[in-house]
Amino acid sequence: MEPERTADKATAISRKTISGKDAWYPEGQRDGFILRQLVTKDFKLKYRRSVLGVAWSVLNPLMMMIIMAAVFTRLMGRADDSIPNFPLYIIIGNTAFALMSDSTSRGLMSIIEASSLLKKVKINRWVFPVQKVLFSVVNYVFSLVAVIAVMIFFQFAPSLYALYVIPGVFMLAVFCIGLSLLLSCAAVFFRDVIHLWSVFLTAWTYLTPMFYSIKILPEWLQSLERFNPMYLYITYLRDALLMRQAPSIELTLGCAGFAVAMLAIGYLVFRRHESKFILFI
Amino acid sequence: MGEKIQTEDYKNREPIIVADNVTMIFNIASERFNSLKEYFIALMRHELRFKEFRALKNISFNVKRGEAFGLVGTNGSGKSTMLKIIAGVLEPSDGTCTVRGTIAPLIELGAGFDPELTARENIYLNGALLGYRKEFIDEHFDDIVDFAELRDFMDMPLKNYSSGMVARIAFAIATITEPDVLIVDETLSVGDFLFQRKCEKRINELIENDNVTVLLVSHSIDLVERMCDRVAWIEKGDLKMLGPCTEVCEAYKHYRK
Ligand SMILES: Nc1ncnc2c1ncn2[C@@H]1O[C@H](COP(=O)(O)OP(=O)(O)OP(=O)(O)O)[C@@H](O)[C@H]1O
Ligand SMILES: [Mg+2]
Repeated sequence: MEPERTADKATAISRKTISGKDAWYPEGQRDGFILRQLVTKDFKLKYRRSVLGVAWSVLNPLMMMIIMAAVFTRLMGRADDSIPNFPLYIIIGNTAFALMSDSTSRGLMSIIEASSLLKKVKINRWVFPVQKVLFSVVNYVFSLVAVIAVMIFFQFAPSLYALYVIPGVFMLAVFCIGLSLLLSCAAVFFRDVIHLWSVFLTAWTYLTPMFYSIKILPEWLQSLERFNPMYLYITYLRDALLMRQAPSIELTLGCAGFAVAMLAIGYLVFRRHESKFILFI
Repeated sequence: MGEKIQTEDYKNREPIIVADNVTMIFNIASERFNSLKEYFIALMRHELRFKEFRALKNISFNVKRGEAFGLVGTNGSGKSTMLKIIAGVLEPSDGTCTVRGTIAPLIELGAGFDPELTARENIYLNGALLGYRKEFIDEHFDDIVDFAELRDFMDMPLKNYSSGMVARIAFAIATITEPDVLIVDETLSVGDFLFQRKCEKRINELIENDNVTVLLVSHSIDLVERMCDRVAWIEKGDLKMLGPCTEVCEAYKHYRK
């Protein structure tokens, strides 16, 4: 038990000065370490007792892509000549959609699953849904290794525009955080949301041009895709990685708009109801 | 220990916990609505009136820095509920409760662990939840393990631990440094007598430094008498008595329903 370093004494009334210790993070800085611990925890639990471990994060999208490419290339690949590489087209869409579906289905359960923690310690409750999204983003980064592997296999040289992946994933992650905040809150009060969401995700999977080209859709559906955020994010990422072009301003605004709006809605709903969570979990 | 609260120094101390008219109401019926369908049916029929249960009624007290404060009361009286409000886990339905400083809560035997993780991983997770710095945990990891006396079990998932072993880890993490407020709710009751003695000694050390405020809930009235300066007796949600340890404990021991 060492006495407080005198240099810090100046910052009076701060918690650690009161207790004479250097043990604690100041109030605002705790969440970073908590988030890191929780993400590490999820990785450990996901790959515990698995021989290949994290390699699955790379193998899984690769295997999905091989199956889908085998099934759909004949059917869909020729419908749109502007797609330079159909397997790459599939894997970019799939991994991005998996980031969303993975993070939201985990986020959905995050508050309920954290009940034993929430009942014992005072924590900022938003860390749980946010942490699930961060976990999925880390997973997504591993799956980008699979995307690179596909590029190498087909000798497909990416351009500098590939760097647009970074803002693309960032906006997608923000969108997922908003959605997870909203869903995790809803699931606390109505467990039906858990079942509804898996149905919704399935429908969303088919409505998003992942393994088909938007051009095979009927006109009216094509114009509706503008309002499908996942179509926008996937198109953004495909522009960067596959079409080797800068995403249009319109597309960027659409992606950013959905992200900001979803975050705002999720945050407001969550804030409004979070103090009642403990009574329902 | 009663002498401490008579001193001039004590009277001048700032209160670190201030509970002001705390009321906690649980909607017992709310548990029923786990599905949207049920909810809307009830909403249509105007049956959304909940049965209210007052777990705490207008409780007010102050606890000062360096004080050992006990809470006694029969089962279901609201002690753990009060501690949860102090720990900031629950929000009171009415009234306020303010705490100045860091809190190390050990409420109802648990401390925020994940049963699937090993003890080693849980020490880091729990440490993070308590707000400890990573470097601090790194530095004091061995002290925590030594205090808990569980070195050989560090890489075993916590779900395979006995309840006493979990309590040991929880207590060791919470008391490795000096929190401003240490909350001990039944934690010691599952430890063996050796560990109980060790914990008592540690708590006494913390109290003697006059920096740590300890809130103790225990059904072992002897323990409360040995450790506490003042005691609040909460009975069925009411603050029945508040005062020096010996007086309240004496009254509580002679309580007949
Ligand atoms: N989330 C909740 N919803 C409804 N009622 C609750 C909830 N939590 C506690 N209660 C009720 O509040 C009352 C007080 O419970 P509490 O756990 O505080 O008692 P206690 O004094 O700690 O008892 P014990 O000595 O058995 O630990 C009990 O009647 C309990 O049923
Ligand atoms: Mg209790």
